Amino acid sequence: MIEIQGLTKRYGRHTVVDKLSFDCAAGEVLGFLGPNGAGKSTTMKMVTGFVVPSAGSVRVCDHDIQTETLAAQKRMGYLPEGAPLYAEMTPRQFLEFIADVRGLSGSRRRQRLDEVIELLHLGPVLRQTIETLSKGFKRRVGLAQAILHDPDVLILDEPTDGLDPNQKHEVRQLIRSMSAQKLIIISTHILEEVEAVCSRAIIIADGRLLVDDTPEALAAREGGDLDKVFRQITQGATSTEQEAVA
Amino acid sequence: MSMIKAVFRRELQSYFATPVAYVFIVIFLMLMGAFTFYLGAFFERGQADLRAFFNFHPWLYLFLVPAIAMRLWAEERKSGTIELLMTLPITPWQAVLGKFMAAWAFAGIALALTFPIWLTVNYLGDPDNGVILAAYIGSLLMVGAFLAIGAFLSAFTRNQVIAFVVTVVVCFSFLLSGFPLVLDAFSGWAPQLLVDGIASLSFLTHFENISKGVIDLRDLIYFALVIGTFLYANTIVLGWKQAD
Repeated sequence: MIEIQGLTKRYGRHTVVDKLSFDCAAGEVLGFLGPNGAGKSTTMKMVTGFVVPSAGSVRVCDHDIQTETLAAQKRMGYLPEGAPLYAEMTPRQFLEFIADVRGLSGSRRRQRLDEVIELLHLGPVLRQTIETLSKGFKRRVGLAQAILHDPDVLILDEPTDGLDPNQKHEVRQLIRSMSAQKLIIISTHILEEVEAVCSRAIIIADGRLLVDDTPEALAAREGGDLDKVFRQITQGATSTEQEAVA
Repeated sequence: MSMIKAVFRRELQSYFATPVAYVFIVIFLMLMGAFTFYLGAFFERGQADLRAFFNFHPWLYLFLVPAIAMRLWAEERKSGTIELLMTLPITPWQAVLGKFMAAWAFAGIALALTFPIWLTVNYLGDPDNGVILAAYIGSLLMVGAFLAIGAFLSAFTRNQVIAFVVTVVVCFSFLLSGFPLVLDAFSGWAPQLLVDGIASLSFLTHFENISKGVIDLRDLIYFALVIGTFLYANTIVLGWKQAD
């Protein structure tokens, strides 16, 4: 469903994403892991067509994001990092705007709006402006926006960041409930999240793919301690890098 | 088309969702009135026309229109919503046009609300309403040109103050390019063709032509070209920013 080939992003002389290649298919929940600044968000921005890659290609549902941008974007739902929203709008106005852009109309539009509002418990805040909402509600409005058109591919950049434990639990349940027919990619640095929802984990550091495995197999490397595995892999990468420079 | 409409609606809704729209319209109308009646000496002139009113439009727009335009892209960058907008299935052209047209419609609403001055002059005398209509059209076209410049410059930055100041300066030079202040600097040495070229870029010259009641195709094309050029440049800037 998504094919990534040699994806690279350079800012000046600094390489943020370095020849990343992997494929993923429907039914997968792909956990995108890495320390801060590893290139997770930049990769997601390139996959969704916001940032233009320096090299390499991304195909989403057989549409190249560079040449068939709109066709690819139609199949995706995207929650950008920090869940940016139009603060002066109410969730209702905002979701109606998204419905317009996503081409939903008539009864399907009403039905989908009702469904996502119900699913993410947005009912009580529909007529409040977004800027007055708590962080948890804002994040849920961002998620509602991403799933409104029931996309085949869902890309969520740190979907549970800043949520309380109950809200985290709910978002993870939501992700699991949608995972059967969709491809879901989530980025996170919370390892328990990977164990809770992901069927596959990719670890990147300094823009390079280090590990591509199931969370279970990954944890088994250090006797079930995913934390330890993560530290070893990512810090190992940084120290070899430093040796290389030295 | 439906995408442009969706962006347009959202954008226009945003103007009225905050106090910005109301503050802007009130200030705009107050300044228009003050300029017309005091500086323009509307009554003392004793003429049944609106020249005292329209003469101040370019100068008022110089400061008020950049204030509408500055938020168009800078605010999207600042809040990060540009990432949302550009990953929705909308082309840059659709986004640029929808936003520009919303800002233009908003300015048009403010301009339309000056209608009491038109009622006043019709009550007091017997003006040529054809000339007044032409001047309104010219005024609206000039707003469009200011807005297109402002939208383009706003796309460069996430800082609205920078967008505002740079837009004022650029619009100011467009306004004055037909004036001795700018032309005298060239007329001594530059070939006449260049001087004429610079003079022909002036908003003021074209606006004054139209506001005299002469709707010349060349003046209309001029404003259409300015608007089109800057909107096109706007889409290019959006593309650059995605690639850098």
